[in-house]
Amino acid sequence: MADTTPAPKPRGRLAHWWDGDFAYQFRRSPVAIISFTVVMLMVLAAIFAPLIAPYDPFDPASLNLMNGFSSPMEPNAFTGETFWLGTDDQGRDVFSTILYGLRISLFVGAAAVGFAMVLGITLGLVAAYVGGWVETIIMRIADVQLTFPAILVAMLIFGVAKGITPVEYRDQMAIWVLIVAIGLSDWVQFARVVRGATLVEKNKEYVQAARLIGRGSGAIMLRHILPNVLSPVLVIATISLALAIIAEATLSFLGVGAPPTQPSLGTLIRIGQGFLFSGEWWILLFPACTLLALALAVNLLGDWLRDALNPKLR
Amino acid sequence: MAMIQVKNLTRIFDVSKPWLNRVIERLPKAMLTAVSDVSFDVEERTVYSLVGESGSGKSTIGKMAVGLLKPTDGSVLINDIDLSRETDGGKLDKARSDIQMIFQDPYASLNPRWRVREIINEPVSARGGNVVGLAEKLLEQVGLSSLDADKFPHEFSGGQRQRICIARALASEPKLIVCDEPTSALDVSVQAQVLNLMSDLQENLGLTYLFISHDLTVVQHISDKIGVLYLGRLVEEATPDELFENPKHPYSQMLLAAAPKMDGFGREIDPPQGEIPDPINPPTGCAFHPRCPIATAKCSAERPEMRVVRGARVACHLAE
Repeated sequence: MADTTPAPKPRGRLAHWWDGDFAYQFRRSPVAIISFTVVMLMVLAAIFAPLIAPYDPFDPASLNLMNGFSSPMEPNAFTGETFWLGTDDQGRDVFSTILYGLRISLFVGAAAVGFAMVLGITLGLVAAYVGGWVETIIMRIADVQLTFPAILVAMLIFGVAKGITPVEYRDQMAIWVLIVAIGLSDWVQFARVVRGATLVEKNKEYVQAARLIGRGSGAIMLRHILPNVLSPVLVIATISLALAIIAEATLSFLGVGAPPTQPSLGTLIRIGQGFLFSGEWWILLFPACTLLALALAVNLLGDWLRDALNPKLR
Repeated sequence: MAMIQVKNLTRIFDVSKPWLNRVIERLPKAMLTAVSDVSFDVEERTVYSLVGESGSGKSTIGKMAVGLLKPTDGSVLINDIDLSRETDGGKLDKARSDIQMIFQDPYASLNPRWRVREIINEPVSARGGNVVGLAEKLLEQVGLSSLDADKFPHEFSGGQRQRICIARALASEPKLIVCDEPTSALDVSVQAQVLNLMSDLQENLGLTYLFISHDLTVVQHISDKIGVLYLGRLVEEATPDELFENPKHPYSQMLLAAAPKMDGFGREIDPPQGEIPDPINPPTGCAFHPRCPIATAKCSAERPEMRVVRGARVACHLAE
């Protein structure tokens, strides 16, 4: 019998994905679309800050102290220049500092979550797969760390790291120390979730089939188990990103985070709150709203992701 | 020389509560004897079946046979190599490529993130072998299409998945396949297809099967020899004809009487008495004596040895 039906034309992966359940869930959720758009706009704005920003707020040559304390959308009394979101005491354009601050905030947040993820996934995977005293030690450390608020842990690590770095490198190193501090305070969630998922996966028969043919533990963990435990990690990573951005802002607000030479949104808010009661509200309000919008959008996206990837919650 | 030689195989699991709980509640260690002093041989190119209720230790024996579990005592020799004690890496690798396993749950035994091609090729590619066209050839051999190689496991039904598992098991050209209840998760209509496929492959490729099942009707047709397990002990070993015509151990008799029969609709039978005892505190003597209709004082005192009774091996003081 001749096969008369022509084989269906193979469709691109993208088209396949777009028709899939995940993309469908996304298309019919206004919250997801809006928060995704907000996050993407902010990420693009941060990446292309030097191109978008009308001024370079960290180039002393372009600053004019006469522009200080300009109100938003009003021409400056002395120079006649107009700034969309006003200027601070040094005459720096608030809109430009927000763009640059967003850059630092997003970079620190993403890098800290990335660091926490790598550390947490590795430790969780090894703990669950190896078991025994290795598991006991790793998970007890995690439990102990959970009893302290993450921000305190981060401050502790930040303080110790600052103490051991030489003074002349402090400002340069501050961002990296911040990343490590936030990352180290946040790995526990990843480790716990990955451990739980690994405990389920490692007893499944496909893992036994791999052990049977003599596959080593490393290959089994990386190639077999890891791809199957990643979807809850994706959800936590998104929600952690919002928390990491807020943690960074909190540390910077308290004055232990990003240095004034590389201000993040938190640093801007700290600078701005000094002027709030003298009437220059815009220096505080605009960075604060940006941080709020960013954290909210990332959080909503994470919430939606959790629902979309867990069919039981629908 | 038999291909598989199981000698005095014993496996004890520690199922105690954590140390701190034991100290506080003053509990002793709880040791579960899953397999106790089991010995049997499997000849090359034959099918040896292990049957028994849940908890009788049949899967544990299967896992020890392929080296996934270490025996507490005794040994499993496969072509004279003991997987759990062999230290020569080359020999061990060679022995492993001769052994494969088909699992019970076709939904858990294929990695959901891998394509069928990678799954089938893994036993060969993990050793650096040539896998060009291998998956396609094997898929056709087990009755699927070579176009299925690029799909993911979730695109298949249970029976098709089990065929993929069989294809994977055949990839490294093994001599022995341990089948751990390969059909018990499938529909009855599909069971027959999969069993026929396995039976054909066994004959055509000269394979040896260690077939684990709780389903007597499945075992009856595929086996050359059947071992009946009760509470981790081998109680009877016989050819299918002998076992089904003339079961000698009281437990085998009870098991066969309880099996559903097509022509026995509406028949009056006594349901089996009692339940399988707690393997943490097994009965003294013969493990079956609390449920046995013909038990004597000797049965509760002395554990019966395996002995030959009219063409079968039986562990019962009273069988003759």
